[in-house]
Amino acid sequence: MEKNELVSLVEAERASRRPVQVRVCTASACLASRSREVAGRLRSAAGRAGMVDRVDVREVGCLRLCSAGPLVKVEPEGVLYERVGVEQADSIVGAIGGGRAEARIGDPSGPFFARQLPMVLENSGVVEPERIESYLAAGGYGQLDRVLRELTPEEVVEAITRSGLRGRGGAGYPSGLKWATVAKMPPGRKFVICNADEGDPGAFMDRSVLESDPQRVLEGMAIAGYAVGAEQGYVYLRGEHPLTIHRLRLAIDQARRLGVLGSGIFDSRFNFRIDLRIGAGAYVCGEETALMASIEGRRGTPQPRPPYPAQSGLWGSPTLINNVETLANIPAILREGAERFARIGTASSKGTKVFALAGNVCRSGLVEVPMGTSLRTIVEEIGGGAPEGRSIKAVQTGGPSGGCIPASQLDTPVDYESLKALGSIMGSGGMIVMDDRADMVDVARYFMEFCRDESCGKCIPCRAGTVQLHRMLVRIRDGQATRDELHRLERLCEMVKHASLCGLGQAAPSPVLSTLRFFREEYESRLTGG
Amino acid sequence: MSVHTLRIDEKDVSARAGQTILEAASENGISIPTLCHLEGLSNVGACRLCLVEVAVVGGGTRLAAACVTAAAEEMVIQTDTDRLREYRKMIVELLFAERNHVCSVCVANNHCELQEMAVSQGVDHVRYDYLEPRCDVDLSHPRFGLDHNRCILCTRCVRACDEVEGAHTWDVSGRGTLSRVVTDLNAPWGASETCTSCGKCVMACPTGALFHQSSTVSEMIHERTRLSFLVDAREKKQWHA
Repeated sequence: MEKNELVSLVEAERASRRPVQVRVCTASACLASRSREVAGRLRSAAGRAGMVDRVDVREVGCLRLCSAGPLVKVEPEGVLYERVGVEQADSIVGAIGGGRAEARIGDPSGPFFARQLPMVLENSGVVEPERIESYLAAGGYGQLDRVLRELTPEEVVEAITRSGLRGRGGAGYPSGLKWATVAKMPPGRKFVICNADEGDPGAFMDRSVLESDPQRVLEGMAIAGYAVGAEQGYVYLRGEHPLTIHRLRLAIDQARRLGVLGSGIFDSRFNFRIDLRIGAGAYVCGEETALMASIEGRRGTPQPRPPYPAQSGLWGSPTLINNVETLANIPAILREGAERFARIGTASSKGTKVFALAGNVCRSGLVEVPMGTSLRTIVEEIGGGAPEGRSIKAVQTGGPSGGCIPASQLDTPVDYESLKALGSIMGSGGMIVMDDRADMVDVARYFMEFCRDESCGKCIPCRAGTVQLHRMLVRIRDGQATRDELHRLERLCEMVKHASLCGLGQAAPSPVLSTLRFFREEYESRLTGG
Repeated sequence: MSVHTLRIDEKDVSARAGQTILEAASENGISIPTLCHLEGLSNVGACRLCLVEVAVVGGGTRLAAACVTAAAEEMVIQTDTDRLREYRKMIVELLFAERNHVCSVCVANNHCELQEMAVSQGVDHVRYDYLEPRCDVDLSHPRFGLDHNRCILCTRCVRACDEVEGAHTWDVSGRGTLSRVVTDLNAPWGASETCTSCGKCVMACPTGALFHQSSTVSEMIHERTRLSFLVDAREKKQWHA
C-alpha cells in the first residue's frame, strides 16, 4: 500500500470515531469473566437507545486493574466501571451524558492508576488490538516511518544505547550494546527474535502487552531489524496462550497487507518480515539458546555460551534476541528521545518496568512504574496491601529464578542492582505478594517442584539436583529432616547454582537461598533432633 | 595459525587457536574427568564433570566446562581444587542415585566409565535418596539391548548415531529426570526403520545401558576408541592403530 493510502486510512479511522467511546477490556482476564458478552450487550443497548451515531463500543486491550474485571471505561467522561455484568450494560449506556449506572464505579484517579507511568502500556486499553487501523490512528508505525526516512542504522543503535535501556527479560543486559554487537557483525543473513515465551508462574506482563498492543511489538522488531541489518524476525510464543497467538497472527497479517511489514517498507529499501513460532510448552525454551534450537525444529535444550546469539545464533547467523517489553519500549524511546527516556528511572536502570502484580493483595493486575519506585509503593499503594486485615510477609519477584523479599525490605527501590543485592532478581516482572499465612519453606518447595518439572534434563546438576532438592524441601516442610539435611540442602543448592549449564539450573536454588536468608527460622524450627 | 599460551594447574602450556581447555590440558598430560565427552564426537557440556576454575580479572574465579570452553591467551586455570572435587563427587553421587546402577549385576561391571569415575572421584557412599525408578529394558533389537536403568543421559549414542553413522536413530524424549533416549519416534529399537545396526551407539556408551545381547555380567566391553579411529580416518586421513 502506498503511503498516501495509509494516510487516508488513518484519516478515515479518525473520522469514524463517535463522540463517546465505550472501551471494553478484552484481554485474557476480563474475557474469562465474559467481557465479550458485555461488549455485545453494550452495542445492542446503544442501538436500542438510538445512540449508534453517538456511541462507539470498542474492544480494547488490558485496562490493568485485572482483579476488578470485566472493566469498561467510558471516554471522554473517564468513567471506569468494575465487575461489569451483562445485565448492567443497559444502565451503562443509559448513564452516558449524565445519570447513574447500576454498575460499580471505579476510581481512575485512585492510587492504582495515579502512581503508574504507562509507557509500554500507553496504548493498552486504548487501541483495539485486533485492528491495525486503531494502532495507526494512535500514531503507530510513525517511528518506523521516521527512522527509515531520517536515521541511519547506526544512529538508531546510538539512540538505544544513549537511552540506557536494559533487557526486560530479567537479566538486564544493556540493549544498545546487544544491538551494536549484532549490527557490527559482517553483513549477511541476520535475525531478530522476540522472546515471548513468558512462563514464570504468576507472570502475565508480556502476554498482556501482546494481547493489548501487538502492533507496537512488531514495530519495535522492525526498527530493530533496520538497526542491526536483519530482514527476518520471529516471535517465539507459548502454545498455552491461544488468544495471544490469535491476535499476533492477525496483527502480522494486517501489517503485511498494509505493507508496513514486507518488502520496501514505507517506500524505503528496507524489507522485514515477521513469522510466528509457537512453542510446545517448555519453560526452558525461554532460555535463548534453547529457544533458537526450538525455532530450528530441534529439541529445545540450552547450549553452552559462548558463542552468544549475537555472534552465532539462529542457523549460525548473528541474532538479536529481545524480550517483548524491551521491544515495546523502542517506539516510545525513539518518539520521546533517548534523553527524555533516560531521565526516567534510576542511575543504572532507566525507564519504566511493567509488573504483573498478583497474590495476597487487594488490587492485582498490570502495573507500570518508573524504575526506582519502591516495592512498598507498588504493593501497598498501588496494590492496596494485603486483604482483610492481613499483613504482608514477603514479595516474590523473578519467579522460579528469583527470590522472596521480606516485608522489612519493602522500601527497596525496584532496579536491577537493588533486587539482586537482596538475592532476588528483577526478572521479567512477575510480582507475587504473600501475606502472613505464607509458609516460606513450602514456597521454596513449590518453585523447586516447578524447576524439577521444567528442567530439560541435559545437564546433571539441574536434572538430578532439583529432584533431590525438592525431596529435601518436602522433608523439611513436613518436619522429617535433621540439621544434617539442611546442610546437605545448602551444599547442593550451591553446586546446582554454580555447576548447571544454563540459567534455569543456575537460578533454580534462588528461591531456597533467599528464603533461607530471610526466613531461616522457618526451616530451623522444623528440624528434628539427630 | 595463532597459538595461545595459558596456565593450567601452575603449568605453562600452549594451545592452538580454537582448541578447548580440555584438549590443551590433555595434550599436556593434565587429565580432567569427563563423561559426556568422547573423542570423535561433538561436545555438549552436559555432564559438568569437566568444570574447571578460570581466574577472572579483578580476582576470583568462574567455572567453565573445559570441553566447550576455548583456551584463550593468558588464561589461568585450576582443574583440581577442593571445590571442583566436591562438585564432581556430588555429580557422580547424583547419577548413582538417579537410576538403578547396581554394578554387581551389570553387563558393564569393570568396564564402566561411571564406575571408574566413582572410584577416581573417591565416591564411597551416596548422600542422596536412591530414586529407584522403574525403567524399561528394550531387547527388541536382534543384536543389541538398551537398559534404561543404566543410562546416564550423556547422549553419546545420540551423537555417535547422528554425527558418525549419519542415521540419527537416537534422540532424547521427555524432560528432566524423566528424559529417556529413544530410537526413532519412541518405537522399539527392533522396529526402528532408520537403525543400520552398525553398533556405534553401543561402542560409545559409557555404562551398561547399551550392550550386545550375548553379554552377561562384566562381559560388555565397549570399543569407545573405534569412533575416533573412524572420524580421524575420514576427516584427517590418519589411520592410527
